[in-house]
Amino acid sequence: MADTATRDQIHDAAEKLDAQVREIVRWHFDPETGTPFWLDRAKSFNFNPMKDVQGFADLKLFGEFEDDWLRAAPGTDISRWVPRAYQGKKPVYVFETGGTTGIPKSRVVIEDHWIDYELMSETLPDEHFPRGSHWLMLGPSGPRRLRLAIEHLAQHRGGICFCVDLDPRWVVKLIKERKIDEANRYKEHCIDQALTVLAAGHNIKCMFTTPKLLAALDEAIRAGKLEEIRRKIGYPVPAGSLRSIPDTGITGIFSGGTEFTPEFTREAMEEMLENRVYMTPTYGNTLMGLACSKPVGPDDGYKITYYAPQPRAAIEVVNPKNYGELVEYGQTGRVMLTTLTKEFFVPRFPERDEGERELPYSKYPWDGVSGVRPFSELAATTTVGVY
Amino acid sequence: MIHIPALRLGKPYTSLQKTELVHHATGDPIASVSQVSGSMIARDLSRGPAARRALADVPVADLIAMYRKAGEYFLEAKLPCGDAELSFDEYLRCLSGTTGSPLVFCRRNAEKVAYVLKNVDEVLAGLTRGLDLRVLDKGYTKQEGRTVSFYPAADFFGAILPSNSPGVHSLWVPAVALKSPIVLKPGREEPWTPFRVLQAFLKAGIPADALGFYPTDHAGAADILRLCGRSMLFGDSTTTDPYKNDLRVERHGPGFSKIILGDDQADRWEQHLDAMVESIAANGGRSCINVSAVWTPRHGDAIAAALAEKMLPITARKWDDPEAAIAAFANTQVADAINGLVDNLLQTPGATDVSLAKRGTPRLVKDGRLAWLLPTIVRCASYDHPLANKEFLFPFASVIECPQDATLAAIGPSLAVMALTEDAAFTRELLECHHIERLNLGPIPTNRLTWDQPHEGNLFNLLWRQRAFQRAGGV
Repeated sequence: MADTATRDQIHDAAEKLDAQVREIVRWHFDPETGTPFWLDRAKSFNFNPMKDVQGFADLKLFGEFEDDWLRAAPGTDISRWVPRAYQGKKPVYVFETGGTTGIPKSRVVIEDHWIDYELMSETLPDEHFPRGSHWLMLGPSGPRRLRLAIEHLAQHRGGICFCVDLDPRWVVKLIKERKIDEANRYKEHCIDQALTVLAAGHNIKCMFTTPKLLAALDEAIRAGKLEEIRRKIGYPVPAGSLRSIPDTGITGIFSGGTEFTPEFTREAMEEMLENRVYMTPTYGNTLMGLACSKPVGPDDGYKITYYAPQPRAAIEVVNPKNYGELVEYGQTGRVMLTTLTKEFFVPRFPERDEGERELPYSKYPWDGVSGVRPFSELAATTTVGVY
Repeated sequence: MIHIPALRLGKPYTSLQKTELVHHATGDPIASVSQVSGSMIARDLSRGPAARRALADVPVADLIAMYRKAGEYFLEAKLPCGDAELSFDEYLRCLSGTTGSPLVFCRRNAEKVAYVLKNVDEVLAGLTRGLDLRVLDKGYTKQEGRTVSFYPAADFFGAILPSNSPGVHSLWVPAVALKSPIVLKPGREEPWTPFRVLQAFLKAGIPADALGFYPTDHAGAADILRLCGRSMLFGDSTTTDPYKNDLRVERHGPGFSKIILGDDQADRWEQHLDAMVESIAANGGRSCINVSAVWTPRHGDAIAAALAEKMLPITARKWDDPEAAIAAFANTQVADAINGLVDNLLQTPGATDVSLAKRGTPRLVKDGRLAWLLPTIVRCASYDHPLANKEFLFPFASVIECPQDATLAAIGPSLAVMALTEDAAFTRELLECHHIERLNLGPIPTNRLTWDQPHEGNLFNLLWRQRAFQRAGGV
């Protein structure tokens, strides 16, 4: 097959990953540049990270990363995650995960969110995401990396990003208390904000959103709510002329979330977007950055296969009973995440997702993961996908 | 294996993800069912006015004629079922296979559905109290010298359907004749009957745009209830309670149906034993109109013992046994859970399982993949015992002694009541009792329905609203 990675491509990618591992591990464990958390932790290691870690396979020496290390607690200081090389020299951001699993995990960032999204920008086709065009960020706001990252993406491409207020933690509370009506009202409130931006004539051509919000936006527009706002603000349009997302002038959608099933993708492309808007699903989180997908379409049953942005991050699909063992291609396993940047080193973090291991692809000659969904052993206790 | 598509405004839709239905006894796959999402339903419903127009343009008289044909097709024709065609008998075998309901029940209930199709004019006359149905074509008419006008309450009528008994489909079936486009969410194991009714409708010429068949999950069901202006919801109280303040949704939850003996008939209880047993056990005791409590001023022990004795011949039989009188549980865990719940509640002092003592064998019977729960009569010392007002998916009834003058204040909501009394004053109280939805005075078992009267709620009142109407120059 044309898109299958060659043996050479796979070998080269693996070598790059090993080189990245060596560079990043040395950086984080060097007393001059290193991260206080890791330098402190190294005191209990029975190996020397600077010498014994020569490639990706050696990261197993660290065991599994525990997300509790990223959770705040009295007596801890978030600056222990800032590499000494950067302390006092560059502004530091802190981003938090959704807060759906208790105290949120915090990640300090300096420029990684810019770098990740600038790299991602190169994968966006200009004809659908025109440079210089404006964006709508219909996703979570607050202490999340995504909000600033999308804004940076828009700016990096020469546009301006319009945002909404969306607090997913409030939605989690409503859902846990089974206040479904209130949760729906809050969703409507978020969609109303998006409709208002779209109605205001900002010439939005690109959008970030999640599957649930995409569906809600589609429902609202088809129900005539965008036309209604245009009438209210004194700029009416002919009835029926603004009844779909393509009608709004949006030409490209960058979307993300574990609810991106083949079924949803097909529905989004064929029905919501009427095959007139380009959509690229992505898989990402605060810890890793974001993984891009192979082109999605009917030829492959709308299967979505994600590939991590190696060598800055890597995904493995492992046996949930033995994290040291990769599952066979096509088999289901837990997603294991590794982040390898100078700002942040996370070796072997078992994500709360599962999926099927996929073969390397010519554009991304390393393992991918498809069918990503909440890890079945945790799904019952976690409230996910609220936005 | 048969594939059953969704019908989106009448158009077949095959999804990527499908649910699989297996035979309850063998585990063999029988069908796969395409699934739709809530957002698909929302998108389809945004085209509501066009769907309503398609139906509004067909005169009611023509729709009734189409129903008659559809009834014949339902019983006699080979009708499409996805990529297959099923005769009536083949449909019954699929239905019994995936639900565990005995073939003999399936046939009886499917025939009820066919009756409603063929005699929908009789049903509509009952629901509308003899209204001239041409008013639905024109919006107003003159009847007995008075102007009457009605308007549709919603663009779509949604129905969240159960899997426990195909007889319930007779309740939503008249909706299309009342010119309401329908959005059906079938029960997971019972797509067969609604799909066959819709195929019969299509063959009879009813506009496809008005016919929606949307297999979906709980979230999709909630979207149907949210988006349809009027809906019917079947389920236990956990499912239906959240909608008790939503007047757009007609709830069909547990029935808590009862038999009430008056002082004047209590000593003659033996004469009514057959009617009592039929009320409790007909259709395998799974319907909301099956009795789950017998209230009597005296002879509670004797009544309980006689009921238990009379039901001893009801045993676990396979789905295709013509003598089968109770349904198998396709999921044995459900039977285990119900059995465990009954046993737990029996731990509360004041209740005795009379059937268990008479039978001498456990209530729960298992055979391979299957499980049955045998009829159970529990004698409760008081109406506030936790088993006194419980309803389960098998023939179960409590027997309670309560003075006649305290009974009606204590029974609580009761869908169907067979009241055994000839006392005029007590009859008057029964007629005025706001807890009782359906009242059978005398030994008419609660499972015997008359089609010219409404069941639980009134579909016509749900779907149409009366308006004041005047027209210059006269109507």
